[in-house]
Amino acid sequence: MVENRPLLTFFTHAVLIAGVLLVAFPLYITFVASTLTLDQIVQVPMPLLPGSHFLENYSQVLTAGSQRGAAAPVGRMMFNSLVMALVIAFGKIAISIIASYAIVYFRFPLRNFFFWMIFVTLMLPVEVRIIPTFKVVSDLGMLNSYVGLTLPLIASATATFLFRQFFMTVPDELAEAARIDGAGPMRFFFDILLPLSKTSIAALFVIQFIYGWNQYLWPLLITTDESMYTTVIGIKRMITGGDALTEWHLVMATAILALVPPALVVVLMQKWFVKGLVETEK
Amino acid sequence: MEKRVVFKSAWLPYALLAPQIAITVVFFFWPAFQAAWFSFQLQDAFGLKTEFVGLRNFVELFNDSHYLASFKITALFSALVAVLGIAVSLLLATMADRVLRGALAYKTLLIWPYAVAPAVAGVLWAFLFAPSVGIITFALKQIGIEWNWVLRGDQAMALVVIASVWKQVSYNFLFFLAGLQSIPKSLIEAAAIDGAGPLRRFWTVVFPLLTPTTFFLLVVNMVYAFFDTFGVIDATTQGGPAGATQILVYKVYHDGVKSADLGGSSAQSVILMVIVIALTVAQFRFIERKVHY
Repeated sequence: MVENRPLLTFFTHAVLIAGVLLVAFPLYITFVASTLTLDQIVQVPMPLLPGSHFLENYSQVLTAGSQRGAAAPVGRMMFNSLVMALVIAFGKIAISIIASYAIVYFRFPLRNFFFWMIFVTLMLPVEVRIIPTFKVVSDLGMLNSYVGLTLPLIASATATFLFRQFFMTVPDELAEAARIDGAGPMRFFFDILLPLSKTSIAALFVIQFIYGWNQYLWPLLITTDESMYTTVIGIKRMITGGDALTEWHLVMATAILALVPPALVVVLMQKWFVKGLVETEK
Repeated sequence: MEKRVVFKSAWLPYALLAPQIAITVVFFFWPAFQAAWFSFQLQDAFGLKTEFVGLRNFVELFNDSHYLASFKITALFSALVAVLGIAVSLLLATMADRVLRGALAYKTLLIWPYAVAPAVAGVLWAFLFAPSVGIITFALKQIGIEWNWVLRGDQAMALVVIASVWKQVSYNFLFFLAGLQSIPKSLIEAAAIDGAGPLRRFWTVVFPLLTPTTFFLLVVNMVYAFFDTFGVIDATTQGGPAGATQILVYKVYHDGVKSADLGGSSAQSVILMVIVIALTVAQFRFIERKVHY
């Protein structure tokens, strides 16, 4: 701080606390609603302190789902979300680290062509090629399967860039020394490059885990079978139209279950999260 | 930038690139090519016959008042999301940069919404604003404001903007904070010694130095509002009431999946691709500038 201004410091904290409260307010109300009965919520205004139905509501959604909307257990959906998040995160890291290794450490015909091919995918988000991608996946018989949920989302230009950027900063002497010692390219990759990339991998993992867990449009399109729903889709399927009919206490419990795992990843791995976020955008 | 030391192998690089390229071709290029191809075709209602119609789908789109309205709605929506999101997070980041005590706690408590899926963010806010049971709806009624986003277009827009901004603030906040922390303290001190107050220092020293970050975030937020907010819209208003929140991406989905209008939806996809390419190019321009400061 440049100078001591008590009034300004007070104002600073006031703004920050207001910001924190504003950001937390929906989460708090959601949590409160998830511990009430539907009758308590429908009685406007709903109570602003947590009720006593926490265990009841959460075990209901985890094992049985909602009564009026989708009746699939959320426990299963969370498992699907976890599979999707983990496969996408590890898959993206795996295929892009080897792709950028090839691009940085080898000279071969069409190198630039392949690099641009990967680069261009940045400009083709799922949202703009919804119908044709759906057709391809359905032609390949991948609807309602984990392969269909994950494989089309695994190619990532951002991850390839991140690793390329990082490999560029690795001193040439390391590759030289490895070569003189008689290590082949794969030996160099596994024994030297991979251990050096640990922090980049951790950073990327956090970002891609959240990306995978929070996917919406893609699972919405290709899962019609309730047992393949992800948690985020499950919430949407529980909202049955009119807001008086929706079982808000169960929807809110599911919302909490949908947002806690990725939020924990962000909070607990904050250092890598910030690094990953700032670096993937470079 | 090129490596001096490289390995030699006739087949290894291709093998290493194969998985990435295979997925890219099957799930990116082939569908994008098909979208372009379908956009020149017209399919009958049962999907039995297709004929080549040239640019007719595009001509029809630009004569379709709903599509043009969707353009305007998208422009308004993304402008609101970008400007509000940037303003709020710049304020918070400037404040967080000032505090000495509790900085990490504030940061942690402000960044977690990044982890919330857009669709879940939509559901959270839709519940708060729910016409009959919502707690904010109730509070607004107490001060004489009737709130029903299910019926009123402007209120539906406000809802999706609030939910989208709420989710995006954490992202912008982190980038502004990183930008603020990279400004040399000596500059601020020099301005203070010259007698500039905190507000003056912010507008004449800090904010100009943050311009690259702000431009970058402007583009990123536009892209976010264009595409990633699909979940917010689908989980809350579903484009309604009467198309008041039907942004372009939602219309592609609606026309293609719900109405099964393959040609029209593909033509819209192609237009969206052009928009993404323009935004990506803009983004890279700004990033190049960002590197220099």
